[in-house]
Amino acid sequence: MKDMNKVVDKILDAYPAKVMKNRKEHILVKDSEDIPKIGANTRTIPGIITNRGCCYAGCKGVVIGPIVDMVHIVHGPVGCSYYAWGTRRNKGRAKDGGKNFLSYAFTTDMQESDIVFGGDKKLAQAIKEAVETFNPRAISVSATCPVGLIGDDIHKVAKDAEKEYGIPVLAFSCEGYKGVSQSAGHHIANNKLMKDVIGTIDIPKPKEKEFTLNILGEYNIGGDEWEISRVLNKIGYKVAACMTGNAEYEDIAKSHNADLNLVQCHRSINYIAEMIEIKYGMPWMKVNFIGMENMSNTLRNIAKYFGDEDLIKRTEAVISEEISEIEDEMAYYKEMCEGKTAMLYVGGSRAHHYQGLLGEIGMDTILAGYEFGHRDDYEGRDVIPDIKLDADTRNIEEITVEKDEQKYRLRIPASRLEELKKELPLNQYKGLITDMKTNTVVIDDLNHYETEIAVKALKPSFFGSGIKDKYMIQKMGIYSKQMHSYDYSGPYAGYKGAVNFARDTAAGIHTPAWSYTIPPWKKEPMITGKVEGVEKVC
Amino acid sequence: MLDHTPKEINERSALVVNPAKTCQPIGAMYAALGIHRCLPHSHGSQGCCSYHRMHLTRHYRDPIVASTSSFTEGACVFGGKSNLKKGIENVFEIYDPDVIAVNTTCLSETIGDDLNDIVLSTKVPEGKTVIYASTPSYQGSHVTGFSNMTKAMVTHMVNKNKIIENGKLAVIPGYVEPSDMSEIKRMLKMLEAPFTMFPDTSGVVNSPNTGKYEMYPEGGTTVEELSDLGNCEKTIAMGKFSSEAAAFELEKLCDVEANVINIPIGIKATDDFVMKVLEATGNEMSKELEFERGQLVDLMIDIHNHYHGKKVAIFGDPDIVIPMTEFVISLGMVPKYILTGTPGNAFEKSINEILKEAGIEGSKVKAGGDLMTLHQWMKNEAVDMLIGNTYGKYIARAEDVPLIRVGFPILDRVGHSLFPTVGYKGAMRLIEKISTAFLDKYDRECTDEDFELVM
Repeated sequence: MKDMNKVVDKILDAYPAKVMKNRKEHILVKDSEDIPKIGANTRTIPGIITNRGCCYAGCKGVVIGPIVDMVHIVHGPVGCSYYAWGTRRNKGRAKDGGKNFLSYAFTTDMQESDIVFGGDKKLAQAIKEAVETFNPRAISVSATCPVGLIGDDIHKVAKDAEKEYGIPVLAFSCEGYKGVSQSAGHHIANNKLMKDVIGTIDIPKPKEKEFTLNILGEYNIGGDEWEISRVLNKIGYKVAACMTGNAEYEDIAKSHNADLNLVQCHRSINYIAEMIEIKYGMPWMKVNFIGMENMSNTLRNIAKYFGDEDLIKRTEAVISEEISEIEDEMAYYKEMCEGKTAMLYVGGSRAHHYQGLLGEIGMDTILAGYEFGHRDDYEGRDVIPDIKLDADTRNIEEITVEKDEQKYRLRIPASRLEELKKELPLNQYKGLITDMKTNTVVIDDLNHYETEIAVKALKPSFFGSGIKDKYMIQKMGIYSKQMHSYDYSGPYAGYKGAVNFARDTAAGIHTPAWSYTIPPWKKEPMITGKVEGVEKVC
Repeated sequence: MLDHTPKEINERSALVVNPAKTCQPIGAMYAALGIHRCLPHSHGSQGCCSYHRMHLTRHYRDPIVASTSSFTEGACVFGGKSNLKKGIENVFEIYDPDVIAVNTTCLSETIGDDLNDIVLSTKVPEGKTVIYASTPSYQGSHVTGFSNMTKAMVTHMVNKNKIIENGKLAVIPGYVEPSDMSEIKRMLKMLEAPFTMFPDTSGVVNSPNTGKYEMYPEGGTTVEELSDLGNCEKTIAMGKFSSEAAAFELEKLCDVEANVINIPIGIKATDDFVMKVLEATGNEMSKELEFERGQLVDLMIDIHNHYHGKKVAIFGDPDIVIPMTEFVISLGMVPKYILTGTPGNAFEKSINEILKEAGIEGSKVKAGGDLMTLHQWMKNEAVDMLIGNTYGKYIARAEDVPLIRVGFPILDRVGHSLFPTVGYKGAMRLIEKISTAFLDKYDRECTDEDFELVM
């Protein structure tokens, strides 16, 4: 067994003293069942080749962008809109009569004169043109770096436009330099959706018994939400809103009417989940739709929350039906991958969620980390009161909500909820570290250099990361899968998704090309010398 | 697909829909990768660097590394000096490049960071170089960024004291693929012209898989070669928008004659390139290259019926679109719409001259346009083919026309980084693509009785 502490020492070895001191906080070896403390959500050191993005990427790119029937205007120079156009695989289709703008990119394309004289007027004009040309259900305006610096009041422009055109215009001050990663942008997006969208459209309580769910922190990458909802619908749930994959504006506006919030990506959406509970009395449950066992456990937990006998029975029936359809194929891929090791470095939830699925095809995760997770994503929510807020975090608005006396309703009696909290992950997330085996490594904000050293030292068979790492790892002879885009495959969630993932992973590890990386003349001794008799023949 | 794009065109003055350009820093980053053992550094928020690396990586399917100043709100208030100084120190210590090429972003430009001052006050280790270019995202486009960083190579790396003529041509290939750079080098070798090409991304962003990762692969123009540029005989700069500035800088600083020509896409532009090289060297034409030209002409004659008379829309970067327009005309096609997102009157002027010379009337030409405009033109009067980068695929699907992928970026197909578009070989490749696209569409859509074995 590899001594992981030695690997960590090797990683830290090359750093200048100050960098080493900083990075040490973010790297740990899990060597017992205790949950150690990790440094997270702090600044990346300048010069370090980080994978992290910016606040705008977290706000527009992650949370707001997937809403299908809104025109998302990016206020700034052209690049920020351009790079977030069609690159995230958040799929969506218009519902009856609705519009879908996912194949569009909208920007004010700020020029030097706008920077000098201000871009408010251009933004107002852009909104006008968007309304006249596209007549969307709502509009979002996302600010990029220079907007905050030159002092454009995008909130006033949005408010005026809202009055003039009679549609919601949501402005997000998500300038790229805010916070330390995409995470700040998630928070900003959450705040706005909570303040101005969620709870704005009430629907009458259905006459017949309904079990209505929202799926939060699910962005329908590669069609994940469609696969999750297929199974949930089969059991008998109604999925009211998905935040925000494949969502329409009104789904979100009505989402407070549901019975339970399911939280898939804790990092990007936990703020909303928490605030909905305070304001409207709807609890949230941490779920994990990735992998057979996680999916089944999640479904059982949801059924248990409602406590309906029919629902519980149907849940078991659906679980066994779905599993029986895929177990042979899963076993086949397990045979191909058994005993191999994996590393995962993904945003704020997948580095945790995929460990179970990898385990189901026989692969142990020996190193994992988040790009923009907070300590609670690693250590569990119990740690939240102990997290010290630094200046970067304090700059991000923290909003508080109060109980809405008219709309607040307890979904289940308070006493029962308290009972259920003891056995279900209600309003709770235990974090990534607890599910990792001992003698594994956890690295926050894993960077290019650390990746190279870790891969060389531990030689995994699979490295799940993003596009910026992928080819560097594959040059080292190791299969790297993009866990943000699924390498344009998917869905990977749910039962059918598990098979897709297993199939792709087995193919990636076993594709014959790997056997050709070393040419034969470098493998076998060459016979050297002149060929006799050539001259004669010629 | 693009269901909400109306046929009716209303003038837009503020809203850009589906841009046909992106921002300067990505072009600067790409150019910087064309220096051997260089690490590009983005002076701005992390997101800029992340987006640029992401996009270049998707296009090249090869590792693209670059570092960032990782601005936070504090850095915006107090200036990015400390971030950049720290960044440069850390990069040299941890990643050990020979050169750091710093580009600015709209953030560092807006707060007014003075790179000259910052770099001068930073301790750069012996034998190492830091160059920098101002690349505000709110001016020009990614092509401008490429141009600015290429110019910065001359400004900061060329030894201004002429020592001895090196007898070489300085060759600036423009914002093209590594495969194109290799092809230009191959042609220069056939023409027996000694040269230094810069930037040169071949071998850097289309590197082989050997089972070993090299952070700085073999390719790229070396520091020594760049330093020696001032001793070159002449410069051949390809593409006014991407290469002219560097050529003029070299002329200004070291009196090396600047010759600006089109990027050699198509028969005419390649002929011009060859003539320019022959003129500079006084050499005879290479038999081998002339043979390739003959093959190209042969192909153009033999299968002209596959595409002659077809109407085509072309969009992309100006230096690619200009020779591409010229090329489709030489194939007998009609360029109906020609658009670039990059602003600049020179584009419209060049295209209009080409159209006029060919006697083509009624085409629409636009610089600084977006893809919604192009799409609306196509809705009002259809074309048979679209030529441009990957972003054209939405329009191609909506209007059911074949898309020939040319230019930057190509995110959904492979080949561009391995096989050239420039030169006679590249022209043959383009013809193969154009012909195949038309015939594939015909074969897919025709009736059984019209389905033919030989075409």
